[in-house]
Amino acid sequence: MRLGAKSKTPTFSDAFLQCARCKKTLFRREFEANLSVCPYCSHHHRLSAAQRIAITFDVDSFVELDSDLASDDPLSFPEYSEKLAGAVAKSDRLDGIVCGTATIGKLPVSIAVSDFGFMGGSMGRVAGEKITRTLERGADRGIPSIIFCASGGARMQEGLLSLMQMAKTTAAVERCRSAGTPYIAVFTDPTMAGVLASYASIADVILAEPRALIGFAGARVSKQAQVVKAPDDFQTSEFLLKHGMIDRIVPRKELRDTLESLVALLGGGK
Amino acid sequence: MSTAPKTWKEWEKPLIELEEALGKLQELANRATGTERDRLLEKIKGFEKRRDRYLDTKYHNLSAWEEVLLARAEPRPYTLDYINALFRDFIELQGDRRHGPDNAILGGPAFFNGQRVMVVGHQKGRTISERTHRNFAMSRPEGYRKAIRLFEMADRFNLPVISFIDTPAADPSVESESRGISEAIAASMLSMFELRVPTIAVVIGEGGSGGAIGIGIGNKVLMMEHAIYSVIPPEGCAAILWRAPERGAEAADALRLTSRSALELGLADEIIPEPRGGAHRDPAVAAESVGAAIQMHLDQLCKMSPDALKQHRYERFRSVDGLREASPSDLPLGK
Repeated sequence: MRLGAKSKTPTFSDAFLQCARCKKTLFRREFEANLSVCPYCSHHHRLSAAQRIAITFDVDSFVELDSDLASDDPLSFPEYSEKLAGAVAKSDRLDGIVCGTATIGKLPVSIAVSDFGFMGGSMGRVAGEKITRTLERGADRGIPSIIFCASGGARMQEGLLSLMQMAKTTAAVERCRSAGTPYIAVFTDPTMAGVLASYASIADVILAEPRALIGFAGARVSKQAQVVKAPDDFQTSEFLLKHGMIDRIVPRKELRDTLESLVALLGGGK
Repeated sequence: MSTAPKTWKEWEKPLIELEEALGKLQELANRATGTERDRLLEKIKGFEKRRDRYLDTKYHNLSAWEEVLLARAEPRPYTLDYINALFRDFIELQGDRRHGPDNAILGGPAFFNGQRVMVVGHQKGRTISERTHRNFAMSRPEGYRKAIRLFEMADRFNLPVISFIDTPAADPSVESESRGISEAIAASMLSMFELRVPTIAVVIGEGGSGGAIGIGIGNKVLMMEHAIYSVIPPEGCAAILWRAPERGAEAADALRLTSRSALELGLADEIIPEPRGGAHRDPAVAAESVGAAIQMHLDQLCKMSPDALKQHRYERFRSVDGLREASPSDLPLGK
């Protein structure tokens, strides 16, 4: 409870916040009841993994797995250990992917949720391993896999080991296909680069939240490469839908029901 | 670090001077007779020794950044140079059956030492017009979709797949984004994982992130001695980390992108040695080494059953980072 914090007078920011998009002042309680979507401009603010799980899956159904997998610094990359320690301290988690099993509409699913707050949701060895185990769990148990993506891309501090996660997670998607278990990806803001160019883009069904940033090249590279001026909606959910790269844009308040129906429709296993 | 070279030519400069001097001496020797000729030949031998010594010490001690510059050097042999040297009857197949041609990735069936194979590789250009034609070896989605066609065809007709990797990155243009460059790369990797024929990937120059691994799912992944393989170009890494793209040399060190690092990390299976002073100094010898390495691995892989090959490739990439066995996940729900 933010307002009930002991021995601390509630401050303005406990009760209010500003929409990141339209800058209007919002009641925090109202905003959270609206799933962190701005009631004025319907901007979908980023969610933590915990918030995402809470609003998506059946109450108390989530069982976290592999939470003990910890990133290390295999290349002794400058400043990486410190950054990692900082992210761990801030999040109270060992890496940015939270995974395990849950139910949705009482049907069991294998799930992974990326937390952008943890080093930009970047994919190093541990994130790749957790995504891989999530998909393999789906394949092994004959249940659908659901992955919520939110990532700036590969974690460059783990060098080539991070690049290899693109291959590893893709191999896991192949396992789901062989096993005949559905894999549904939900692109949230942002879904970029090495994540988009591996397991994310080859899901059986791809949903996206409105106006999420989704693309291959980061802003810097992308700008440099632009001979043709990018359209206003470049690298957004709407742009990808227009070009046939995703299946549906689903507002956050409808996402749970859409996923529940898809799980029921595509079923689990052959 | 401010002294980091900007091109590989910087350290080849003393060499070029030395070789010019050698040429002149050779001319003189050709015209001379008797003891004068012997004296000149002796001198030439001395200079050649000095050149070789320079090449040996220099090329065995290149910094990571120098390896980057060398991997990008335009005289290095490219995919078509290897195809011409090692393969017979290569027939390039150009269609992706979706949108259009892509000149940054080429491929088709060919004979390799009498064996039918499918070759796919990135192609760079040397002159400005060649480079533009090849889009600087930055493949658009069509290139990966064409590759998928070739992989699937290889699978149907039982042709081992040989891929040559040499790209700075996949094409990041607006057009490539709108036609799904990310999906194309991912689908190409997925397609390679499905193959039931041997696949061998050889990084011959620049192994540039997603664009490289898109055709890099080999049962075996080989690297030329002076090739690099990286998750991000060092300049890009420096730009993001330190907002200083000019600190690429430092980033190159940190990224551990050399062939030796890749081998140490278990991410490459073999380093193919290059002739003294790099592949560009003797492309024929370089091609011979590449051919021998491919043949050796091909012989081994061809003994495996189709299913075993697919499983082997999965295991290779599944376990490549050593995390598979780390704290095995508990299974409270049971299988």
